[in-house]
Amino acid sequence: MNWQLIIFWILAVIALLCAIGVVTSRNPINSVLFLIMTFFAIAGHYLLLNAQFLAVVHIIVYAGAIMVLFLFVIMLMNMNAETEPQKSQLVRFAGVISGGILLIVVLAALKKADPALMSGKSSDIGLISNLGQVLFHEFIVPFELSSVLFLSAMVGAVLIGKKN
Amino acid sequence: MILQIGTYLLVEKFILISIVLAISLLVAMYSTYAERKVAAVIQDRRGPNRAGPFGILQPLADGAKLFFKEEIIPSHSTRFLFILGPSLAMLTACMTGAVIPWGDSLHLGGHVVPLQVADVNIGILFIFGVVSLGVYGIMIGAWASNNKFSLLGGIRAASQIISYELAMGLSLIALLMLTGSLSLNDIVRQQHGFWKNGYFTWNFFRQPIGFLIFLVCAFAECNRTPFDLAECENELVNGYHTEYSSMKLGFYLFAEYVNMFISSAVMATLFFGGFNFPFMDHLGLSANWITILGVVALFVKTGFFIFLFMWVRWTIPRFRYDQLMKLGWKMLIPLALLNMVVTGGAALFFNH
Amino acid sequence: MLLHSYVLEAGTTPISYFPIVLQLIMALVFVGGVMIATHLLGPKRKGSDKLENFECGIQSQGNARQPMAINYFLTAILFVLFDVEVIFFYPYAVNFKILGWAGFWEMVLFVAFFFAGFFYIIRKGALNWRD
Repeated sequence: MNWQLIIFWILAVIALLCAIGVVTSRNPINSVLFLIMTFFAIAGHYLLLNAQFLAVVHIIVYAGAIMVLFLFVIMLMNMNAETEPQKSQLVRFAGVISGGILLIVVLAALKKADPALMSGKSSDIGLISNLGQVLFHEFIVPFELSSVLFLSAMVGAVLIGKKN
Repeated sequence: MILQIGTYLLVEKFILISIVLAISLLVAMYSTYAERKVAAVIQDRRGPNRAGPFGILQPLADGAKLFFKEEIIPSHSTRFLFILGPSLAMLTACMTGAVIPWGDSLHLGGHVVPLQVADVNIGILFIFGVVSLGVYGIMIGAWASNNKFSLLGGIRAASQIISYELAMGLSLIALLMLTGSLSLNDIVRQQHGFWKNGYFTWNFFRQPIGFLIFLVCAFAECNRTPFDLAECENELVNGYHTEYSSMKLGFYLFAEYVNMFISSAVMATLFFGGFNFPFMDHLGLSANWITILGVVALFVKTGFFIFLFMWVRWTIPRFRYDQLMKLGWKMLIPLALLNMVVTGGAALFFNH
Repeated sequence: MLLHSYVLEAGTTPISYFPIVLQLIMALVFVGGVMIATHLLGPKRKGSDKLENFECGIQSQGNARQPMAINYFLTAILFVLFDVEVIFFYPYAVNFKILGWAGFWEMVLFVAFFFAGFFYIIRKGALNWRD
């Protein structure tokens, strides 16, 4: 067996087990920790595909920023058992349905994926300099538009946070 | 490809990593001693002088004491997370050293041994990634303690660290525009020697503002005075490690010193030429000797920054929390952005 | 020699991350070992009063896990947004010389949006800690 394949399988098993852990653990802090582990396993997958910049950005943004925000939210919430709201059956049912729809979307997208792209041959497109070239030549309009998106997100965050 | 790595490389990297970890811990240990001695000098005292000559064995005594102290896990705490917190803090502190070039290559009997654990393409971003994970050790430990002081200290520390991470990331952009690489090895090699083509080669002389912002952020990231609001004893007892004892407390304190050592080394590497030193090409020594002298030069620079950390600690009083946030968000971030735009414009203007 | 220079100059292949994994394993062993050692070495004399939370000697009131000021939360949200923007600067900085003036003006436009959001936050007082 190819060594890349071995590492792929190890990482895939870790990612899946941790993802299951996110859903099943009772303590939300444990969920967050499992999610961080999942992100690390996925970052390992990116590294295997030689998408180095993506891998490290995945760690910095998801594990280092968004998960910190999640932890803040969980810590700032009232976490005592007696105040925990009882989720109604309807909410659970809606959760299952929406999760299932997302699964169908992901499966449909994967079905169309070209297996030739996953030949295991490492390309250099994921290196930061090549990525920057593409980003600042071909994708310059989406890039500038993303800054507008950030602006709107900031306005939204401030409006919600400073309501009173 | 795995066969190409070979046992030789494995052994080499194993030894190198052991040395890097051992030196990080040793320097951190003796930083505690140095801190007490520096404090003593500044306050006109003697400092520790009982354990061994000049108290040189004091860090060993402290370490042994921490090992033999009773381990207390409060009954209302979350047990697993309580242990995980300091472990994560120490783990992240140990990981940053992997991408720092501690020296040039050594030539040992036909083998070229680079004194850097991993020369990765995105070295600086790796450091940022590890630093951004450092928040977890503090937050998890603070939350698991189930203590009001700990939680306040942990939230304060986390807010502070993430705020200064932004300014830290921005302050380096201007430097990276000039170097064009994120690999620390490349950045050090570009600063070869000290003087070339009528100007200094070290990045500090091209990016003084960037360095100052980075320095301030490094202080804040390490939770050092004047930014040690996470553990200010007059408000929060001991901040996030109030409930900790024995080596778990030791890990939190120790991680701070390891972080201080690593951030000093990063500053020396990025802005002060790393293992380069003046007249390195004119000494007429063999390559191995230059490499060894280079390692010594890096440690001298690092030692200076560690001293600076201590000097500031015993000189400047602590900020108030709103002042701290104001400095980070309203001064350092705009300043770093401005520095970036001005550097970019100037570099393009003078190149054309 | 040959194999070595290949691995080293790589920096651009996944192999160059192998030593980092090795360092992670060694750091894990070190941290785990010390944690077990300190658990075994220290004395253990438990008592219900001793294991109470530290509250400066006062009887503990309720639980520590209570809601906190919104400012911390707002700081974290804004941090996530700004962090992503900062990350975008890195690919630009690496290609700065190649992109030249065109890239510079593109970046200035991006920074202008960045500043616009920043001034909005400042004007709204989202980062004010004293009300």
